[in-house]
Amino acid sequence: MSRWRLLLGSAAGLIIVAGLIAAPFGLKPYGIYILTLWAVTTIAAIGLNLTLGYAGQVSLAQGAFVGIGAYAAALLTTHGWPLGSAYVVAAIACFCIGWLLGYPALRVQHHYLAFVTLAFSTLIYLVFRNEEWITGGIYGLSNVPRPSLFGYPLRSPRDFYYFCLANLALVSLAAWWLIRSPWGRAFVALRENPVRALSLGVDTRRYTLMAFALGSGLGGISGVLYAPLVQYIDPTPFSLLLSLNLLLMVIVGGSGYFFGPFLGAIIAVLLPEWLQAASKYYLFYYAAFVMVLLVVSPSGIIGFFERRFTAARKSAPPATPVGQAKVA
Amino acid sequence: MALLEVRDLSKHFGGIHAVEGVSFDVNEGEILGIIGPNGSGKSTLFNCILGQLHPTSGAVRLDGRAVTGMRPCDLNRLGVSRTFQLLQVFPELTVRENLILAAQEHKGSMLSRLFGARDVGLTGDANRMIEFFRLAPVAANKAGALSYGQQKLLDAAMAFMAGPRLVLLDEPAGGVNLTMLASLRDRLEAINREEGATFVVIEHNMEFVMRLCSRIVVLAEGRIIAQGDPADVRRDPKVIEAYLGH
Amino acid sequence: MADFIQLLVAGLATGGIYALVAIGFTLLWQTSQTINFAQGEFVMLPAFFMLGAMSVLGLPFWGAVAVGIVVSAIVLGVLFKRLLVDPMLRHGVLPLAIATMALALFLKEAVKDFYSAEAQPFPPLAAATNVSIFGAAVALQSLIVVAIAIGAVVALQLFLNNTQTGRRMQATAQNPTVARILGIPVERMILLAFVINAVLAALASALVTPIYLAKFSNGEYLGIAAFIAAIVGGFNQVRGAIVGGLLLGVIDNFAAAYLSAQYRAAIPLLLLIVVILFRPQGLLGRVEERTV
Repeated sequence: MSRWRLLLGSAAGLIIVAGLIAAPFGLKPYGIYILTLWAVTTIAAIGLNLTLGYAGQVSLAQGAFVGIGAYAAALLTTHGWPLGSAYVVAAIACFCIGWLLGYPALRVQHHYLAFVTLAFSTLIYLVFRNEEWITGGIYGLSNVPRPSLFGYPLRSPRDFYYFCLANLALVSLAAWWLIRSPWGRAFVALRENPVRALSLGVDTRRYTLMAFALGSGLGGISGVLYAPLVQYIDPTPFSLLLSLNLLLMVIVGGSGYFFGPFLGAIIAVLLPEWLQAASKYYLFYYAAFVMVLLVVSPSGIIGFFERRFTAARKSAPPATPVGQAKVA
Repeated sequence: MALLEVRDLSKHFGGIHAVEGVSFDVNEGEILGIIGPNGSGKSTLFNCILGQLHPTSGAVRLDGRAVTGMRPCDLNRLGVSRTFQLLQVFPELTVRENLILAAQEHKGSMLSRLFGARDVGLTGDANRMIEFFRLAPVAANKAGALSYGQQKLLDAAMAFMAGPRLVLLDEPAGGVNLTMLASLRDRLEAINREEGATFVVIEHNMEFVMRLCSRIVVLAEGRIIAQGDPADVRRDPKVIEAYLGH
Repeated sequence: MADFIQLLVAGLATGGIYALVAIGFTLLWQTSQTINFAQGEFVMLPAFFMLGAMSVLGLPFWGAVAVGIVVSAIVLGVLFKRLLVDPMLRHGVLPLAIATMALALFLKEAVKDFYSAEAQPFPPLAAATNVSIFGAAVALQSLIVVAIAIGAVVALQLFLNNTQTGRRMQATAQNPTVARILGIPVERMILLAFVINAVLAALASALVTPIYLAKFSNGEYLGIAAFIAAIVGGFNQVRGAIVGGLLLGVIDNFAAAYLSAQYRAAIPLLLLIVVILFRPQGLLGRVEERTV
């Protein structure tokens, strides 16, 4: 990557981060809420992008993991435990359950894997709805408190927003580092060519399970933040629809690209809100937009830009002839 | 003791005996060729040796140690590596990343790999391999963007990255033009000479095999019909019949 | 006993409708790896075409049904394939699946915004009389639905097994690559599959809308039902879709009669879970294994 592009990218990044920090000052509480929802949802989308985008494993269960994290947080915090405990419980629970969910992935092909994760998602939803003694059933759990950070209460929309933004930043850094590490390479190998990867010493079994576990863990973390955001948890948001919506975010943003989930979450969470201000037919326009976007660029928004960039580079003539044997 | 010993290996697919009672040795440092008409079971034999398929019966020993049916990734870590008949590179990773991937799983645990400590050393190895296979102009490109011939070189390079003791090459000359072919043979001989790596090569290109290999095994209908010196094998009436009789 | 027969016939009627929708769904998957999340809306929409034909063109009921089927074949068959599916087919299963999700929302909102958000009455197929079968009072409507659904399924099976085009379609569904080598016009066969899907969905629409009235939200449950029926029966077999649909319809009806609403809604989901966990290829499906 040329230095020029690096500079441009960094400048754009700084402007965006500055914008995110300044945003709440120009927004009403509902606007801040939606932006916080975007940040929290992006974390779940990053997790799914890891499992699906990088490692190539179809999961329709991410919504269930967000639910597990949310219920864990709601149960713990309404009983006086700090949010930190919810992180630990949700992360460990979702990681382990995600690991177990990976086992069917070792035995079945792509669409059957989707079915299995779908079944799991449905099962969890039914548990949320029917196990009243723990989840409150359809009545849910209310009065989920906002957390405090080292004694400083994060009750106001703006404070909680910054808290979630900080979480997103940490998750992004961790994801970036993971993807650049040997694990990231192994995940891509797993997605592109598991047979070859296996013959090169990549333990595809372990990496498949790990891809599920990590993605699910992040889903759980997202749920831990979702609970204090909406402060009332019932089964409705955690149906298959959420998993499908997260899938939409990953695909529309650009599956397997680092910034895909961020853009995808903007499309799925923020765009309908912006459109709603413009027209009462906003869902119609939103649906039309997503369809047209995918038809024009099935590899998502980032895929679209990447293709334009590589096309631009290819049109320049090569500097030296490649791959020819040197004259002895 | 030979580096690789194959004893009475058979693979049946229902009524089809793809490989039947095959036994041979591969000695350290040699370049062994396996030839035979189409459908003689060469690729199936490779897949059985490498753990991609489970043999119906028979045994494979590496350095005297039984490795029959071991998972390919475990076998790879014991120093056995392969190339594929159909190109198998990772199109979305760059050439350099492809090479680093090819060696990264060899030492250390999965957890240690998370902290990427060995990446530095591997990048150096990858660069040396890039130099050796003359892929420097495209090193930073995605593997999917390379020409077929370049991908073939990359494929071979990946098999050698982890410094394997035994490499099984499945039709390395397939679809490669004459100039690149000479280059490929030259590179393979160099590695064999300098690193002492042992090769087993499946090939259809007789010219390539006869010039590269020190010893040849001939398969027909899943069985070995001849073994030995390239010149002798070429003249063997059974071999001629196997090829012409089809 | 009388109750049982009533429920059974009603279940077969619903199941027959599910089967029609699930068959098309399975055909699309088999021939072109399309997962159509808008399948439910494909059943919701034709009813509105038919209503339009009746009010705008003044056609009698069965004429309007015919018009509705033809319009659906064009819009939900040919246009759907050409505009949405064709550009995306090369890029894998998921982007197209998501696009159909968006299509579902699009169709739903289009009807809600530009036609009506209220449920519209839809003419019944027959008078609201009962027929006596083994002492049970069974609605004539249900019997007609069962008859038409069975008739459609039989016609489809005859077409697939006994005509050259039908056999070519089966070949395309089982192995498009080999079919192409054999000289079968695969692209045309795939288009045919899309048209058949639209026709079956439109037929199902005429059968189911009298019960639920024409409403933009009808697609939601039907889509899920079709999906479950296809998976339970076997995602790679048309016969599976039939069995899955009938089974789901019958179970659903019995559950509605004997269980509270809360549990009733869970039954199809439980059926799905049980089948996926213990027989992921579906009741009639073939196993497809993974090599690595």
